[in-house]
Amino acid sequence: MSAVMITRKVRKWEKLPGKNTFCCDGRVMMARQKGIFYLTLFLIIGTCSLFFAFECPYLAVHLSPAIPVFAVLLFLFVMAMLLRTSFSDPGVLPRALPEEANFIEMEIEAANGNVPSGQRAPPRIRNVQINNQIVKLKYCYTCKIFRPPRASHCSICDNCVDRFDHHCPWVGNCVGKRNYRYFYLFTLTLSLLTIYIFAFNIVHVVMRSVDQGFLNTLKETPGTVLEVLVCFFTLWSMVGLTGFHTYLISLNQTTNEDIKGSWSGKNRGQNPYSHKNIIKNCCEVLCGPTYPSVLDRRGLMQEDSPAAANSEGPCSFDNPVAQTTKTTAPLIPNEHTPDDIKPSIAAEKSSGPKDDQPPAAMQPPLASPETDAETSIAKNQ
Amino acid sequence: MFHNLQDMQHTASLVTKVFIQRDYSEGTVCRFQTKFPAELDNRIERALLEQTVKTLNSYYVEAEKVGGQSYLEGCLACATAYIVFLCMETRYEKVLKKISGYIQEQNEKIYAPRGLLLTDPIERGMRVLEISVFEDRGSSGSSPSSSMSSCSTAR
Repeated sequence: MSAVMITRKVRKWEKLPGKNTFCCDGRVMMARQKGIFYLTLFLIIGTCSLFFAFECPYLAVHLSPAIPVFAVLLFLFVMAMLLRTSFSDPGVLPRALPEEANFIEMEIEAANGNVPSGQRAPPRIRNVQINNQIVKLKYCYTCKIFRPPRASHCSICDNCVDRFDHHCPWVGNCVGKRNYRYFYLFTLTLSLLTIYIFAFNIVHVVMRSVDQGFLNTLKETPGTVLEVLVCFFTLWSMVGLTGFHTYLISLNQTTNEDIKGSWSGKNRGQNPYSHKNIIKNCCEVLCGPTYPSVLDRRGLMQEDSPAAANSEGPCSFDNPVAQTTKTTAPLIPNEHTPDDIKPSIAAEKSSGPKDDQPPAAMQPPLASPETDAETSIAKNQ
Repeated sequence: MFHNLQDMQHTASLVTKVFIQRDYSEGTVCRFQTKFPAELDNRIERALLEQTVKTLNSYYVEAEKVGGQSYLEGCLACATAYIVFLCMETRYEKVLKKISGYIQEQNEKIYAPRGLLLTDPIERGMRVLEISVFEDRGSSGSSPSSSMSSCSTAR
């Protein structure tokens, strides 16, 4: 072992598994692919800049100065909602630490009994009854937990997310329990902003054409054409999306459940999470409590030395046995294991002859994430 | 018997951890099962653990209540584009602080003297209530060998 002492304080976000990127020392959390998010930013800021540059001076003088003022407020609100959706933790469930994972494995083995060799182990499912409806909780092989109801594993971010709605590339993040209302308000206010800019573009062109003629108007404000084009296409998709999510909220369903048809068709009217009242459902989703993040990103990692450093993180006296860096790596190395952890896992395995994971812990085709319909849909989105 | 948390932390060795799972029978609200784990049979009285779990559950109900105060908080925050959350503590966060204080107090008064330690569920993603079981040095080397097979690192 090298004698070099690492004295830099390591924050927990640096060791979190999953495919997220973090900025501002753990305060900002996003997905890995951010290209489309930058496109979203460019389109919104670009179109609004053109509006403020070309249309607003004319409209402020000839109609009312309230028009640009309201546009500015709407724009700022849209940006605030977009950044909140993109930068916040959607409700990621941290992976199980080894002790918890082992405990669950033991419970599963006890429940399954003896599986004859050569036979595939039964799928890992727990049934719970919620409001007189049986809900199946699936086991996540990556996170080593039984997913809570409505949670789902996002294969793009490689995390289980609570109340998973969908992974949105336009905002560069998953949409889940913690940021769904910001996402909804973003789609709603962006629709309003698009309609607003589109409408006032038309008004501006009409008013100016009366004075100067249509072609001269376009020559003087070339930005108008671009704005109208962008707004026209954005309008239909945003209004449609807002309408769809309004429908989902009134039924207290997630996009994920809607796609899988969990509570439609022959299961219609059996959603156990719905209050059967549109107002109550809307209030719960939009005005419910703001859930805190359970992912401790900015806490300090404990030093992996015998004299444990006095860390400011919350976990100051648990895990006296566990090694901090290894707790975040899966017990079985898979394609997501960071390369520097693999040798230590191999060393652990070879030194412990009792370390025989049951075959069911390897990914059986029946319940592996890749064959799971929900994750393949999340990939396609 | 242990005098306090500090003693236990430094001198005791961990035997096993017991996990109390979430109770989803009432939906997705945060609630823990009050079923008593068999491993703690001779370590703590049922009533005490049940009382702790019930109190925790009532704290979570208070935090997640959808009512007048949460609407007010939601509407006010929305009107300010949620910027107010940068300076204000939400009700949920306030309750979480109370919970953390409660767990600390329970550990000091009830669990540490019995060689147990509760971990705040927020540190485990609100999935489980983890109870660490430490070797009971008060009794003469009586840790049954069966408990060592469930020791975390031995798999």
